[in-house]
Amino acid sequence: MEESIHFKLNDKPVNMTVDGQRMLLWVLRTDLGVTGPKYGCGEGLCGACTVLLDNEAVLSCQTPVRELNGKEVITIEGLAQNGKLHPLQKAFIKHDALQCGFCTSGMILKAYSLLRGNPQPTREEIIQGMDENLCRCGSHIRIVEAIQTAARELKGGHEI
Amino acid sequence: MKKGEDSGRILAHMTSSLPVTRREFLKRMGILGGGIVVYISVGDPSALAQPPRSGALFAGVPHDFNAFLRIGVDGEVTCFTGKIEMGQGIITSLAQMLADELDVPFVSVDMVMGDTDLCPWDRGTWGSMTTRFFGPILREAAAEAKAVLMELAAEYLKTPVKRLMAKDGVIFDKGQTGNRVTYAQLTQGNIVERHVKRKPPLKPASEFTVTGKPFPREDAVDKVTGKAMYAGDIRLPGMLYARILRPPAHGAKLKGLDTSGAKQMKDVLVVQDGDLCAVLHEHPDEAEKALSRIKAEFDVPKTTLDDENIFDHLLKVAPEGSIVSRGGMLESGNKLARQIFKETYLNSYVAHAPIETHTAVAKLEKGKATVWASTQSPFGVKEEIANSLGLPSQNVRVIAPFLGGGFGGKSFSMQAVEAARLAKLTGRPVHVAWSRAEEFFYDTFRPAAVVRITSGIDGSGTIVLWDYDVYFAGSDGAEQFYDIPHHKEVSHGHWQGASGYHPFGTGPWRAPGTNTNTFARESHIDIMASKTGMDPLQFRMNHLRDRKMRSVLRAAAEKFGWIPAKIPSGRGFGVACGIRSGTYVATMAEVEVNKNTGAVVVKRVVCAQDMGLSINPEGAKLQMEGCITMGLGYALTEEIRFKRGEIFDLNFDTYGIPRFSWLPKIETVLVRAEDSPPQGGGEPPIICMGAVIANAIYDAVGVRLFQLPMTAKRIKEALNKV
Repeated sequence: MEESIHFKLNDKPVNMTVDGQRMLLWVLRTDLGVTGPKYGCGEGLCGACTVLLDNEAVLSCQTPVRELNGKEVITIEGLAQNGKLHPLQKAFIKHDALQCGFCTSGMILKAYSLLRGNPQPTREEIIQGMDENLCRCGSHIRIVEAIQTAARELKGGHEI
Repeated sequence: MKKGEDSGRILAHMTSSLPVTRREFLKRMGILGGGIVVYISVGDPSALAQPPRSGALFAGVPHDFNAFLRIGVDGEVTCFTGKIEMGQGIITSLAQMLADELDVPFVSVDMVMGDTDLCPWDRGTWGSMTTRFFGPILREAAAEAKAVLMELAAEYLKTPVKRLMAKDGVIFDKGQTGNRVTYAQLTQGNIVERHVKRKPPLKPASEFTVTGKPFPREDAVDKVTGKAMYAGDIRLPGMLYARILRPPAHGAKLKGLDTSGAKQMKDVLVVQDGDLCAVLHEHPDEAEKALSRIKAEFDVPKTTLDDENIFDHLLKVAPEGSIVSRGGMLESGNKLARQIFKETYLNSYVAHAPIETHTAVAKLEKGKATVWASTQSPFGVKEEIANSLGLPSQNVRVIAPFLGGGFGGKSFSMQAVEAARLAKLTGRPVHVAWSRAEEFFYDTFRPAAVVRITSGIDGSGTIVLWDYDVYFAGSDGAEQFYDIPHHKEVSHGHWQGASGYHPFGTGPWRAPGTNTNTFARESHIDIMASKTGMDPLQFRMNHLRDRKMRSVLRAAAEKFGWIPAKIPSGRGFGVACGIRSGTYVATMAEVEVNKNTGAVVVKRVVCAQDMGLSINPEGAKLQMEGCITMGLGYALTEEIRFKRGEIFDLNFDTYGIPRFSWLPKIETVLVRAEDSPPQGGGEPPIICMGAVIANAIYDAVGVRLFQLPMTAKRIKEALNKV
């Protein structure tokens, strides 16, 4: 059923009339032209579609747009502020924590959410926190290192 | 794909047709105002960097105007290559090679890849061949361009070439450095076209300033900001998303079809054309809904094949083999042998499972098709589309943007043909992205395969006999590198299974054939080592004269801290080695096996590799880690279950690929070999993963696994038999 939905997307207000049961992933990628979140499995099993909903990582392929009302969505396109990369983005570059890059936006946003809840995670906590996100190229080890580095910078430590 | 801010925009809007005139081509190259273009010599097969196999499918015709590189009026260098970037990092390593040979800063090299209108014909990106075969040709083209620049500079500076030197895009008089000119100044107003004919002298490794140094990836910023464009990210005005009706099983035939339910839906288009039935809508989720309203009946095939009886079937239908390598006489070996070891090794079908499914966007305008496709062979796909649409080949342009993983699976790109057909049938741009289930269903799997080995050792513990038959994995990696006086290796069938052998498509999977052959050979070597009571590393060394193999084994042992012991020692240590794409690999692993559940934890993996000159050592190490991590999957969990043509594993819930929680400690060693030519880097370390874990499991708990993957269930069963 068509309904009116209002939310904030990457700092900009969005007002749209849309079937509220449609999944956020498709609304982002087609209606709104935001293609950073990727389709990987369609069933919430891979994490490639991860976005932030009020700063919490959610699987956009499993999130009906109805749930967005009055909330804020951040995709990978909205993570850098004023042209300045987020420490996680910088750390992923520094550690070469990507290959094909298809899982990368989901990885970074999942890590963002993880660090928000636990600013100084142990290696084991990072591994546990990231376990639902799949990477086929095998960049896992570097992703863990990148998250550790970003955590240090976010804590106010040295520049990446 | 093209690096930089505007990559998406450029990709989506550069849609004009193939150039037909030289002028048009130079315009496309953007050098009518001046510049240097170096062409490949048409007709020189080596210039096309083609591998010898699977000819017919990719028998493309090189066009008249194919350039390797351009130096523009701004002095910027652009490299054109039909290779594609799927994560392996050649967008960076090729740029490094070019920067060195041309004496320009790394940042002034731009890459244009996988665009059939702009790039020289290329057979496809696979087999760790880019650096080995394309690399040298690219360097020659660069050396040619450099020679042109030196000649132009000599004229400009009125100084003989031998007194000139180039650095960072500037040529100067060695004796009088103020007498200088930039590449940009030289190309201004000059159009110079050259063909690479003779072999220009290349720089020795000692003069490299960019090659061999770790460089951050060219594509990293775009990939962490969401700017990097993949095929599915292309959006065109009026574009429709298609969902295609699929059979429930391989070999099933459509019997009855009722599309009325879908047709009733608002703005849904239903298209039927021969075997192709699709629903289209401006939203992919609405198209999905429409697909679910189509009623279709299929005749399901009568085959009884399933994932358990497949191996007997394969042995039954196997063709005569061909000899891969041989030495001595098997009968003599048999006579010398005091102990005979006869074993059979199996591996199941394995999926590529890239996170990006097969995707394409196609549009037709004025009889010309432009197709953005996630494909490892844009030029092969171009021909397929031309055939399917009945268009002349030059009216089809295929562009491969960044690929979200390939691993061999995107060598076949049916989705691009589907998108093109649907674009023709609907008259609108069409987006086809396979669902995860379609991706698993239509994957060209790594084939199920069988290896049979009969070997023998003499009284002193020396291998004297090796009789080896591999079925359907292919010959790669079957060749003997141990010193065994009497041996014969025979390969039956190929990984690219012809119909009648496999119940569905098979194809190249990261290091095709070599994973299976290495698993069998290295497991078998360990079985003999165990029987002789010798340390498995020492046992291997006793049978190896090959200096490279000895050196990678030594390097791995040193890093690992290998302490010789009889196996099984209870420590859970394993060793395996092999050769892939000219690269030598030795891997050691430590595992822990839960005897109650059969579950394996891989705690540590050390891998040493000799890949000749490493262009980007950091990129090479990243590939090694990737291979090791990905290899855990085919070793421990990955297999396709099926029955009567139906595939049971259609998503990541039952098809388990490696996760963060599986991560062992990974240590990689690049054996220094700057003076030998670069070898393959995208595949080699994956080849040892099955064997090294099998051998480590044996060392841990004394049971030998003969089938990949070594699931907890199989290990538990093996433990129960002891």
